[in-house]
Amino acid sequence: MTDTQEMLRVVGYSSLDAMADAVVPEMFRLRRPLNLPAARTEQEALADLRAIMSRNKLTRSFLGRGYYGCYMPPVIQRNILENPGWYTAYTPYQAEISQGRLEALLNFQTMVCDLTAMEIANASLLDEATAAAEAMTMCHRLDGSGRNTFVVSPDCHPQTIAVLRTRAEPHGITIGTELTPDTFGILLQYPTTDGVIRDYAPLIGRAHEQKTLVVVATDLLALTLIKPPGEFGADIVLGNSQRFGLPMGYGGPHAAFFATRDEFKRQMPGRLIGVSKDAQGRLALRMALQTREQHIRREKATSNICTSQVLLAVLASMYAVWHGPDGLRRIAERIHRLACRLAQTNEPFFDTVRVGDRVVALDETTTDADVNRLLEGRAPSRPSSLGFFARTTPFLTHEVFNRYHTEHEMLRYIHHLESKDLALNTAMIPLGSCTMKLTPTAAMLPLSWPEVNGLHPFAPRDEATGYHAMFRQLGAWLAEITGFAEVSLQPNAGSQGEYTGLLTIRAYHKQRGEPHRNVCLIPVSAHGTNPASAVMAGFKVLPVACDAQGNVDVNDLAAKATQHATNLGALMVTYPSTHGVFEERIQEICALIHQHGGQVYMDGANMNAQVGLCRPGDIGADVCHLNLHKTFAIPHGGGGPGVGPICVAKHLAEFIPQHVSAAPFGSASVLTISWMYIALNGAAGLTEATKTAILNANYVAKRLAPCVPTLYKGARALVAHECILDLREWKTRAGIEPEDVAKRLMDFGFHAPTMSWPVPGTLMVEPTESESKAELDRFCDAMIAIHGEMEAIAAGKVPRDNNPLKNAPHTAQVCCADKWDRPYSREQAAFPTPWTREHKFWPAVGRVDNVYGDRNIFCTCGPVA
Amino acid sequence: MSVPTNLRYTKTHEWLRIEGDAAVVGITDHAQKELTDIVYVEPPQVGDNVEAGKECAVVESVKAASDIYAPVTGEVVAANTALADHPELVNEDPYGQGWLFKIRMSDPAQVDELLPPDEYANHAGE
Repeated sequence: MTDTQEMLRVVGYSSLDAMADAVVPEMFRLRRPLNLPAARTEQEALADLRAIMSRNKLTRSFLGRGYYGCYMPPVIQRNILENPGWYTAYTPYQAEISQGRLEALLNFQTMVCDLTAMEIANASLLDEATAAAEAMTMCHRLDGSGRNTFVVSPDCHPQTIAVLRTRAEPHGITIGTELTPDTFGILLQYPTTDGVIRDYAPLIGRAHEQKTLVVVATDLLALTLIKPPGEFGADIVLGNSQRFGLPMGYGGPHAAFFATRDEFKRQMPGRLIGVSKDAQGRLALRMALQTREQHIRREKATSNICTSQVLLAVLASMYAVWHGPDGLRRIAERIHRLACRLAQTNEPFFDTVRVGDRVVALDETTTDADVNRLLEGRAPSRPSSLGFFARTTPFLTHEVFNRYHTEHEMLRYIHHLESKDLALNTAMIPLGSCTMKLTPTAAMLPLSWPEVNGLHPFAPRDEATGYHAMFRQLGAWLAEITGFAEVSLQPNAGSQGEYTGLLTIRAYHKQRGEPHRNVCLIPVSAHGTNPASAVMAGFKVLPVACDAQGNVDVNDLAAKATQHATNLGALMVTYPSTHGVFEERIQEICALIHQHGGQVYMDGANMNAQVGLCRPGDIGADVCHLNLHKTFAIPHGGGGPGVGPICVAKHLAEFIPQHVSAAPFGSASVLTISWMYIALNGAAGLTEATKTAILNANYVAKRLAPCVPTLYKGARALVAHECILDLREWKTRAGIEPEDVAKRLMDFGFHAPTMSWPVPGTLMVEPTESESKAELDRFCDAMIAIHGEMEAIAAGKVPRDNNPLKNAPHTAQVCCADKWDRPYSREQAAFPTPWTREHKFWPAVGRVDNVYGDRNIFCTCGPVA
Repeated sequence: MSVPTNLRYTKTHEWLRIEGDAAVVGITDHAQKELTDIVYVEPPQVGDNVEAGKECAVVESVKAASDIYAPVTGEVVAANTALADHPELVNEDPYGQGWLFKIRMSDPAQVDELLPPDEYANHAGE
């Protein structure tokens, strides 16, 4: 009997098809194969993609505008970008098994603070333009005086200005160009998009006199040579860290940075890494201020930023670790010297100068020969001095930036951090709603090809024909998979996709003369990003109740849709539901919304249960986003990059907004991963993957049923692709909460499932199709063993406050200490199963103290008081 | 659960104590227990006009960010500045040093609409 047959037997079905028939409602079941090319071998797919991408023309780019050529140090490329130990990790919610990337992100924050001379920086945002939009809304909130104009200097990068226009409109913010009494904030580019370094101090003085906040978009490499914005009064400083070793990749992904004054830290968007301590009092890192996040604030959220660009921020931080302050300065000085040879201006500049009628931006990859060619026979200019603008303050003085400058030291530092983190190369990561599936290694290879990563996002279209051919194919495939007419690949995160989809709906209503349709119905079971995105897109959110089975309460929905029929704009609904069930009445729900003039937005978070079995377009949705980083195999990168394209029905195609991300095609380079994934699987493979994902979830649910029951099931007692394990009784029975089980799983070498979402007191498991029966059994065995420990606590055999769960995770230091005074053995603590004796993953720190960390916010490297 | 008898309460778990023409506001012992360790308090600005039943402050624990609703209408005349560095006072002494803000009431009769201690104790015990 094969593993699949054995699992089907446990679940109670004779075949995958019979099981799928029982799970997916027949009324919209796709009864034909997806119209996609046949599966290819790895070699065929790579050869085909190479043929497409080699149509791109690689020329030396002098376009600048926030994107520059640079070299990723090979030691970083091989050991981080190309290393699943880094790129397959999840967002570091489980701090104890994430200390490596948390340290790298703390380095990133320290680097940004040092270079900008600001007090606090976050762990990255999606791109410079959306960072500027976040700065705009943050200034608006901080101002709070009712002023409504945000001044954007015409010297800013054009893509930033375009995104700000998109983002300002739903908030009722006007974009201005001159400081007036109505201005609540102002954005300046330093150096300007044309390369000029201006003295902003007088303007900032005038702005501050009228309590207008000042945002400066800048360039980290320039700041190694020129006065940082923190020294001339900036309130917020942001920009793109791309030129710290990240390939241009025709637009991304890259990590934007965002820094501000300490007093504004609680208004700062994005994720923040902070220093705390663990149960033994040792230094431990964690994500700080989590309660500000959209998933907790819901419709009160002030930003829909859900993820950051962790992998890219890690890479950029490592570039600074590798080069150190002196190395970075040398790179910058060399670029500046080359620019000096070209300059025909008396205005101060760093790397970008006007040559004739064009603006030329130089970078780390520029050579003497390039400059000679650009001079076209003219005599080179004299060297210039930065004079007044020269930086006088030190930066990157912390040890981490001054220690790893030989390749061996660097290699070991990277590996040391990697070894603290649990990624998919160690064990399955059963996070519900996150779809931690395999990224085929073959799908990662193209990222290292020059014809994929060498293009500037604003390269002329005829130099990017390979990219556009790939976009067309991928777009057509995604349209077929979702049953929609048109696809936009621009949104560079799931939350961006939600936002883009809602703006599309908004524009549609407006065009039809119904701009008042601004009510967005969202079930209470929805992920918190839904209401946050709706608010950002100018909608009023109305929650809809769910029934006892976790389904949308259709009566409540009908009542609200009727009551708000005049103003009904949209319904946001996740399918299968966030409760892991294919709701039978979903078509009725969509029809109800349409009947009252609304549009249906389908959140693609759970698309991994639909591909090949049913399609959002057939179900009745008008628009959906896809998380390519979930369903279509882009790795999570330790918390980004994400890619969230939207697919829309024909009637919405013309309303897709053009400027929601900085780059016209978002995080273009990683789209090759999803292209490869679909090409490798073909229609049959994708459909089989979906069925297997559903089988795996039902197998886990069945195996664990005797000890931890699954909370919600569909009509035929089956779940979709994930199951919610109900632990609620254990709070009273044994004083055990999901967090304790999550931390105890670390001792068994596992990452926790999703904790207390969407239902408090539960764990949500999504095994994906990528896990073998052996790995699922290992996970189930761990859960069953932990359940036994919980029973022992409930029976009073082990104290409620001193047991293997409450003390989890157990570090090597604790288990090997001379002193051991616990009511259970060291062996039970650290080696509870056979496999832990064979290969032990040690959590780097004990239980992290969240309260201490949030009461004592400290977010840079350095001694802790 | 401690419910002092000299205070008035809201269904949203704020308490109110009369001091002359001002009312001192905080969150109840029950509320601080439910929220667990408070890590941050965002008080209203002194000078703000707040309206009974409307949100006017935020209390954050590591698990939740909760809105605080003004029990009565009036002008904020003081905010507890000690909480900026010691938010744990809300947990340790919710009816004393953990007070949040003071309101000069524009309609003192509103106090009569608030819950007396026994009714609040029933409400919180449900």
